Amino acid sequence: MITIETNTEEDFYIIKVSGEIDASSSIYLDNKIGEIIKSEKKILVDCNDLQYISSAGLGVFMSYIHEMEEEDIKMVLFGLGNNVKNVFHILGLDQLINMVETKEDAKSLVDAI
Amino acid sequence: MSASGLILVFSDMNNIPTGMPPFLPLISFIVLFISLYIFYHYHLGRLKTTNLQELLWKVFVTGLIATILSLGIMLLEFLFSNHRVGENPLFINLHYFLNVGLILGFIVSTFVVWERFIFYQKSKRLIYSWRSFIYFLLLSLFLVFVPIDIGEPLFYVFIGLTFLVSIYFSVNLKWVAYLNYKQKWKSILLFILIVIYLGYFIQELSSYSGDIIILDLFTNITTLCIFTFVFVYAITSVLVLLFNLPTSSVFEKKLEEIINFQRLSQSRNTGKNKEEVYEILLESSVSAVMADAAWLDINQPENHEIKQLTYRISKNEILDVQEHIPKAKIQKILSTDPVKNLKTNRYIASVRDFKYRSILVFPIFIQNESFGTLNLLKEISDGFNDDMIGIIGTFINQASISIENFNLIDAAVENERYTKELNIAKTVQRSLLPAKLEKSNYYDIIGYSESADEVGGDYYDVFKINEDKTILIIGDVSGKGTSAAFHMSQLKGIFHSLVQLQLSPKDFLIYANNALAKGLDKSSFITAAYYIIDTKAKTIEFSRAGHCPTLFYDTGKRSANYFYGIGLGLGIIRNNEFYRYVNIDKIKYKPGDILILFTDGITETRNSDQEEFGYDRLKELIVKNANRTPNEIKDEIVQEMHSFSGSTTTEDDSTLIIIKFKENKT
Repeated sequence: MITIETNTEEDFYIIKVSGEIDASSSIYLDNKIGEIIKSEKKILVDCNDLQYISSAGLGVFMSYIHEMEEEDIKMVLFGLGNNVKNVFHILGLDQLINMVETKEDAKSLVDAI
Repeated sequence: MSASGLILVFSDMNNIPTGMPPFLPLISFIVLFISLYIFYHYHLGRLKTTNLQELLWKVFVTGLIATILSLGIMLLEFLFSNHRVGENPLFINLHYFLNVGLILGFIVSTFVVWERFIFYQKSKRLIYSWRSFIYFLLLSLFLVFVPIDIGEPLFYVFIGLTFLVSIYFSVNLKWVAYLNYKQKWKSILLFILIVIYLGYFIQELSSYSGDIIILDLFTNITTLCIFTFVFVYAITSVLVLLFNLPTSSVFEKKLEEIINFQRLSQSRNTGKNKEEVYEILLESSVSAVMADAAWLDINQPENHEIKQLTYRISKNEILDVQEHIPKAKIQKILSTDPVKNLKTNRYIASVRDFKYRSILVFPIFIQNESFGTLNLLKEISDGFNDDMIGIIGTFINQASISIENFNLIDAAVENERYTKELNIAKTVQRSLLPAKLEKSNYYDIIGYSESADEVGGDYYDVFKINEDKTILIIGDVSGKGTSAAFHMSQLKGIFHSLVQLQLSPKDFLIYANNALAKGLDKSSFITAAYYIIDTKAKTIEFSRAGHCPTLFYDTGKRSANYFYGIGLGLGIIRNNEFYRYVNIDKIKYKPGDILILFTDGITETRNSDQEEFGYDRLKELIVKNANRTPNEIKDEIVQEMHSFSGSTTTEDDSTLIIIKFKENKT
């Protein structure tokens, strides 16, 4: 089960992902990201309530890395729990995707890069 | 015809003037009567037809022939009326008997046909009472020996009784209900003509009455009884047919509804498809309520469109109607649902100053999901009564069941295909894993892989390059199902091609990444770890591409550790930057040390509290069981995992390879 809420703060587009991202629910995340990168340049992903992410979920984040680089879209994940962070870390995605602790850190990081 | 033969015999006998006993003609008459009855009874009984119209037609034709012949005799009589022969009682008797034959033939055949009509729907009581009637007539037949004149009380008793009995049998007119409007008219006509024949024959008989010496049929009880019966039944039939005419369209309509209902319910068996069910539904509903126009909206969730089936209405007119509905007066919402929402309830709307004055809207639900809407339009106001609404409801229910059945069967077929595909994928995946691992003098090895219900993509392999060097690979393909099995086979191909080149673990992963960059779909990746075990140098050299860290038990320190190192899954970066993300680790081992490779299915096994099995539990288990054989360690881990999750099946593939190094045997 996954819930995706979105809102904007200043010029940041915030996606709050709650619950678990598995093979079936990753489709919703995929659709959402695919939709917003068409218009948004500064994307923050709030992972404070994200309990679990499967390899399919990781695949979603991974699949946009290249496109975001080309389109100069900045995305930062924040508030990841240890479990989730570890999953990103083992796969090595933390080397390609920016992750920080808080929303404020995320905002300043997006502005910095 | 045996009857005509009998008539001849009968007549011949009467032509013999003397020397004959007087009762002989009477006996012949009885014999004639009975034989006629038996003849017609069996003749018509042999006709297996249940078509009463056909029988009625036969009666009519018999009557026609009899009348024509009788008229012919009359003509003959007229021609000879001035001749001497015409006054000859023998001559009169001759043509009288010819007439008698014809009339008897006609009334007996009619009698038998009426019998068939009465028995259209038999009951025990009916059969018994009819049999009594036949015995009664048989009894009356023998009264020829005791002639009763018209006017005698016994005569009236017989005729009166017959009349009452005829009324009693005339109630048995069930066949009338099964005739359609046209058939009823036709039957009325035929009955009237038959009544006219009967009238003519009675008149004929009465005209002879008085002249006759031997046998006066006009005063014969049996003949008159049969006449009475045949006549009464014919008259009541005509009346009942007439009274049934106005309601016959209702009956026909009901019959049509039943047939339509049957068509809807049997659509699956008769090889129809869903589209035909829609058509039948629309068609049947239109004819059931006599709608002037109608359309059926069918939601198609797959492309968010609405499919429309129309009857005598154009798309533009539909839009027009839809515009009028909000302005219309909603007469009643036909639902017990407290929420009177027009979208989910059936209702009747009446519209003023519009082509269609009454509109009946019926939403269709299948398994509580909105499936479509049936809209019926009539030009008259208050065009829909409760009966019609009930029927439409039944039609829609039946159509829903049919469509649901179609859906269920489609789903079952789809599921069957999916299961088959999954089984193929499972077989493929299974066959990609090594059937057994080669034994070595330097270590004990055990490989274990458990598939989840759905096909995952865990892969491991062992390749012995030479006596000293063994290569190990473990991998996990992202995603599940057939695509995972397919990607796994790619990895196996890459492994078996590159392994022979004796590349370093880092180079292997770089080449593998390059190869997979072309073959994986956008959001797929593979995690892998590659190990070179040198049993001579007692070293393990390894690199990790996003795969779970390697667990190594050091027997000297009696502790286990994970080797993380940097790494990145294969297929994540699809350019030549990948080398930046690969690292090589190298460790020396001693006998008794244990190398444990696994996939995330092991550590991510969760219990009912959604807690993961995790790295620490695995490490502790290894430390605790370090002095046991790899096989025992494996069993211990698997058992712990299952008792942790409370289930023997896993959500993800779980793979475990345990290598325990031994003393070098020289």
